Amino acid sequence: MEKRAIDWWVGIFVLLGIAALVVLALRVGNLSGFAYNDGYVLHADFSDVGGLKVRSPVKLGGVTIGEVTRIGMDPKTFMAHVTMRIEPKVKLPTDTGASIYTAGLLGEQYVAIQPGGMPQDLKPGGTITMTQSAVNLDQLIGQMVFNKASGSK
Amino acid sequence: MAFLDFVPNLGRRVSLMVLNLGTATRFLLWSLVAVINRHFSMQQLFKQVYGFGVRSLLLMMVAALFTGMVLGFQGYYALVRFGATSALGTLVALSLLRELGPVLTALLFAGRAGSALTAEIGSMKATEQLSAMEMMAVNLFAWVVAPRLWAGIIVVPVLCAIFDLVGVFGGYLISVPVLGVDGGTFWAQMQSNVTFSGDILTGLFKALCFGLVVTWIAAWQGYAARPTAEGVGNATTRSVVTASLAVLGLDFILTALLFT
Repeated sequence: MEKRAIDWWVGIFVLLGIAALVVLALRVGNLSGFAYNDGYVLHADFSDVGGLKVRSPVKLGGVTIGEVTRIGMDPKTFMAHVTMRIEPKVKLPTDTGASIYTAGLLGEQYVAIQPGGMPQDLKPGGTITMTQSAVNLDQLIGQMVFNKASGSK
Repeated sequence: MAFLDFVPNLGRRVSLMVLNLGTATRFLLWSLVAVINRHFSMQQLFKQVYGFGVRSLLLMMVAALFTGMVLGFQGYYALVRFGATSALGTLVALSLLRELGPVLTALLFAGRAGSALTAEIGSMKATEQLSAMEMMAVNLFAWVVAPRLWAGIIVVPVLCAIFDLVGVFGGYLISVPVLGVDGGTFWAQMQSNVTFSGDILTGLFKALCFGLVVTWIAAWQGYAARPTAEGVGNATTRSVVTASLAVLGLDFILTALLFT
């Protein structure tokens, strides 16, 4: 009887640990991000990706529809080459635009999609041609200071 | 003349230290492989997992809850100056998963279970139970040490996972309902910055190493204790002190190796 009680407790203990690990993985580590694995791939070239990272969200109208899977450099054009994975149920027209925005003033950066109006959809592996680079805060401040200085002359 | 004694004394101390370390390592290896010995019983292992794990559960959960809540408070006051309270979830989760979870679990484990383990094996030695077992040709390593060692290796990562989870929940409890951080941002920022293999599993791997080291030190100190009441008392103190320092030192090395 005593032995069986211990076995039960040990079993519960180990199960509790496994449950904690699963909850951590899903709730804290967002392992459920594999939901995008069955999505299709789109490419986009930006002249400046700013602080964009792999796994940064791709949003349409504020709703996350995918994530950045790879950021590389095109050695010919010197453009930053961003690969994204988009949910399969979201079909984007060929004249869709992509920009890099910042959530809040200093928040994380994400790719914002502006859907176009063309009847044809972008095929998996297609490229978004209309892109707008990340807003570089340092550059903006520099410009503002420069304008102020030249305006007061 | 007293000055000249210094050199041979130092030499003797160092060679004694190396000898002790070697014996302790052999002790560890024998105990680890003693699982295949016929005197190793699963029932003993379960009993130890129950003693180490199930009975430390409440302590760990309370400690984790308070650790998480304090992290929430302190993180909030540091971040609110920069208007960056949206990063609070990340801060709480990463501190817990990478460092505080494994280290605090191991330190509490050293105090709660390690000391008891040293005292138990030390008393067995003092009351000549260990000698009696040897007389009956019972394999000491398989019957006494191995179940405890393996229990430590199993229990500490499990406790650490529970510690992490309860800690994050504690941080949430303070951040969102009390300090008014947005709940969605708290979880979303955490999820986009914590990786499963890089942060969660590495933290648990740390805990596994700590479990091994703490139980090893505790068992060895008990085994090497002088067989008197005073000797067992000293061994228990030494066990907690050495294990705690070893955990902190090893944590530094593991962090340097794993998070680069």
